[in-house]
Amino acid sequence: MEKNLQLDIVTPDNLILSRQVEYVGARAVGGDFGVLPGHVPFLSALAVGPLHYTADGRRKAAFVGGGFVEVSGDKVIILAERAELAENIDHARALEAKNRAEKRLLHPEAGMDADRAQMALIRAISRLRVCNIIS
Amino acid sequence: MASLKDVKMKISGVGKTKQITKAMHMVSSAKLRGAQQRIERFRPYADKFQELLANLSAGAGAGEHPLLAVRPEPKTCCIILVTSDRGLCGGFNSSLAQKALKLAGQKRDEGRKVYFVCIGRKGRDSIRISGFDFNPDFVRGLTSFTFQAACQIGGSVIDGFLEEKLDEVYLVYAKFVSTVRHEPTTLGLLPMKTPESAGGATGGGEKPGQAGLDYLYEPDVETLLAEILPKYLNAQIYRGLLDTSASEHAARMAAMDNATRNCDEIIKNLTLLYNKNRQASITRELIDIVSGADALK
Repeated sequence: MEKNLQLDIVTPDNLILSRQVEYVGARAVGGDFGVLPGHVPFLSALAVGPLHYTADGRRKAAFVGGGFVEVSGDKVIILAERAELAENIDHARALEAKNRAEKRLLHPEAGMDADRAQMALIRAISRLRVCNIIS
Repeated sequence: MASLKDVKMKISGVGKTKQITKAMHMVSSAKLRGAQQRIERFRPYADKFQELLANLSAGAGAGEHPLLAVRPEPKTCCIILVTSDRGLCGGFNSSLAQKALKLAGQKRDEGRKVYFVCIGRKGRDSIRISGFDFNPDFVRGLTSFTFQAACQIGGSVIDGFLEEKLDEVYLVYAKFVSTVRHEPTTLGLLPMKTPESAGGATGGGEKPGQAGLDYLYEPDVETLLAEILPKYLNAQIYRGLLDTSASEHAARMAAMDNATRNCDEIIKNLTLLYNKNRQASITRELIDIVSGADALK
């Protein structure tokens, strides 16, 4: 395993991550997938969920909130509308968001957007999962 | 003739105005730098997106997706007008509004119903005067905006388009060329054009090579295209917002620079007038004294 992958995570506001990694795994709309060096060119839509990568033999995680992944040659590009590295996730805020979304879904009020609350809950839970992998 | 005291007060008044315009100039230049950085940070995303979409539509039989379909007889037309929330930036907002109104007039003459979505207070004001229909949301758009805001706007026009309430959507924004140049620009958003059909010559040579790479698509090309097209639209709107905000600050900077220079000139002229008046009054007093002394002889 001499070869490495170049992983870029790009969001509208920032280039979140750009580094050499040995492995990338993420959640696509059709299920989880993993990429090792030498993967065939691959293009898929991403679901809201965690992303893992191994760099210098250490496993790391990030949160990706939907987007696309493109694998071509030894490059992996993640285009996400939202993305955060595990160390940058605000644990308390995610927990709060989770509780709020749960409360909304359990006690629906008039004029509430159930889909939005559902999405918020999914995002909050995946953020928390990403956190717990690290700590 | 204005008295000495009046002129003096006027000078100090203009001096205070000058301080304000100077401060605004500096604030705008700082904000412009921020806006430019935001554009820079957005660029990798936008470029990648374009590339991805080009790859995808090269692999797929594009034109199948409803967002790409050109309606045979467009009846309604939506214009998204992006302007600033505040004035004091020269002809910036009015030139944008003029551009939009011209387009609206043209569409109306072709027998279409025109509907405005205004981002920014100044644009809303001009549209209200003109009497076209407009959407009252997103008014305070440009003071602070995020990618999510662009997604909201994008989502609402896509919904309108799919429900066949809107047949065409245009975006009018100020394209940021450089600090001293920004152009009111019209961009056709819907029905969408894929980068090849829009870009034409640019990069046409390399695309066959990229398409030659056999991608593994998941789930499949059509589904991916359906996912990516709305997001591309959002990215285009966000781009418009970013450009307009940078242009706004650049325009305000130029306007304030001009104002500061004008203040300098007014102060110069007023000081000259003040000195002339002062000399004249001294001369008058001297004449009084001299003629009084003469009378005593």
